[in-house]
Amino acid sequence: MALLNFERKYRVRGGTLIGGDLFDFWVGPFYVGFFGVTTIFFSALGTALILWGAALGPTWNVWQISIAPPDLSYGLAFAPLAEGGLWQLITICAIGAFVSWALRQVEISRKLGMGLHVPFAFSVAIFAYLTLVVFRPLLMGAWGHGFPYGIFSHLDWVSNVGYQYLHFHYNPAHMIAVSFFFTTTLALSLHGALVLSAANPPKGEKVKTSEHEDAFFRDTIGYSIGTLGIHRIGLFLALNAGFWSAVCIIISGPFWTRGWPEWWNWWLDLPIWR
Amino acid sequence: MKIGIGGASAIVVGTLLGVAMLTMAGWEAPPIDTEQVGYRGLGMVHLTNPRTERRLQAANVAPDPVWPLEPAASFAPRADEVYENLQVLGHLPAEAHDRLMAAITEWVSPEEGCGYCHNLENLAEDSVYTKVVARDMLRMTLHINTEWQDHVQDTGVTCYTCHRGQNVPEEQWFLAQPQQRANMAGWNAGQNQPGIASASLPIDPFSRFLLDDQPIRVIGENALPPAEGPQIGTKATEYTYSLMNHMSESLGVNCTFCHNSRSFIGWEGSPPARMSAWHGIRMVRDINTAFMHPLGPEYPLDRLGPTGDAGKANCTTCHQGVNKPLYGASMLKDYPSLGPAGPLWEGEGPQAMLARPSAGGDD
Repeated sequence: MALLNFERKYRVRGGTLIGGDLFDFWVGPFYVGFFGVTTIFFSALGTALILWGAALGPTWNVWQISIAPPDLSYGLAFAPLAEGGLWQLITICAIGAFVSWALRQVEISRKLGMGLHVPFAFSVAIFAYLTLVVFRPLLMGAWGHGFPYGIFSHLDWVSNVGYQYLHFHYNPAHMIAVSFFFTTTLALSLHGALVLSAANPPKGEKVKTSEHEDAFFRDTIGYSIGTLGIHRIGLFLALNAGFWSAVCIIISGPFWTRGWPEWWNWWLDLPIWR
Repeated sequence: MKIGIGGASAIVVGTLLGVAMLTMAGWEAPPIDTEQVGYRGLGMVHLTNPRTERRLQAANVAPDPVWPLEPAASFAPRADEVYENLQVLGHLPAEAHDRLMAAITEWVSPEEGCGYCHNLENLAEDSVYTKVVARDMLRMTLHINTEWQDHVQDTGVTCYTCHRGQNVPEEQWFLAQPQQRANMAGWNAGQNQPGIASASLPIDPFSRFLLDDQPIRVIGENALPPAEGPQIGTKATEYTYSLMNHMSESLGVNCTFCHNSRSFIGWEGSPPARMSAWHGIRMVRDINTAFMHPLGPEYPLDRLGPTGDAGKANCTTCHQGVNKPLYGASMLKDYPSLGPAGPLWEGEGPQAMLARPSAGGDD
């Protein structure tokens, strides 16, 4: 990738969290840093372990390869590699790689004197993953409650875990999470469409400004959130989608063992009409 | 910042609802017990809350035998040599018959005593309706223990499995009174109210599947609906889900106790419990059709349902929230007279006594 002539001045020294100047360099367009090295290490090791697990398994069909967590009987102990131990190591590698990537984002943000919004946003995704494979298994007492690493097998896990609570759509946090996912998609599509419509006027006309964009939404719904505001609401919606997803699964099991429809009896039991 | 009356009320109502959700919903807490019922990592897990489980265990204890079971001193005389009008238990040794009568009193009418079923002036008389019902229920118990071992296995059932010391088992069902006319909210189509498992599924799956023999399977075998032949609609699916939720609620288990949700219809991935449940559905249908429903004319009005039918059994009648009724304790072993040829007596087996002119008739 060609280096643009103005890019060099953004290559700011310093801002590292660990390692001082040791890893403070670029490889091509990529900043390395200590956490770039750890990201590479964990990613490569984790991928190799997945390949090993696949080799131990019965198939090379990419849809069906699955690295399953240990049996529940192992509880929170280490399992033999071929019986879920690989899943445990791969989970450690995945967490190592994800967290390294977030910290590398922190270092780059510090170099550029920016806020930490990007690593914070990515951390919410990591939090959701940790909830699935670490926090919930810890609360339920066995690593075997984590989901298997496989394209089809993880869908089987999602389906079966949902049916453990009879009807997962009655899970209140799942409702909130799904609403945020839909809303974040709506907001992004509205925003993307608006920007493209302003930037692509009819032939011969000038590109429209944010004043036009605001006027469009004022005419349509009486209010425009504005150019900065749309990004604030977008971040808010997206992070809430991930956050409430984590909530909806951590309450399923540790804090609720019955069918989710039954949870709604609090509504039927309200003193005003009981 | 100005909030205004509307905003303030919204905040108050929202806060109250939030408090209700957090305090009234019956949240649980770790530790919980889990049991793996399939290959690792596929979420084939049965969850129980040990606190709830302890309460259930305390409420589902099999009582000790009324009299200890001892080898009979002699098989003679037979009960029908001692008593008159014995239609079901005449083949028993008189001693075993008396012991069984005492047990039934404890199981079904501990307060009313023998007089709940018998005219105490003449025990042989059939003048009390409960005696006629009890006789058919004895036939049913023998029938279940001999013909439905696919479901009850050697554990078997006794009167206590359902009655639990009450005249009428706690859970029975009647044919639902259909909505007479649509109200402002419209035609409820037998659903849309909190019912089975607190969902808004059809409230009466029983008459379709546990009395009538309508197809339960709703999963198509083709990707697209076939051009010809019967179509399975959404309503049929909801009735099936209602039955399944009933089973789940009755047994205190989740869907994955019997099914791998990757394919609900496929037997190859299902836990073995599904086989037992399959036979259970057929067993309940059989006893409702052959024994429970036909008893309608025997009952006084206050024992009948809104449409005048007799009370019938569903899964909860025996299971009462537990996967194996009474946690799998077998009372039958203490009352072999209620089971297939018991060790206490010889001669005619219950099979011969079960032979009746018409199944479930009011003889």
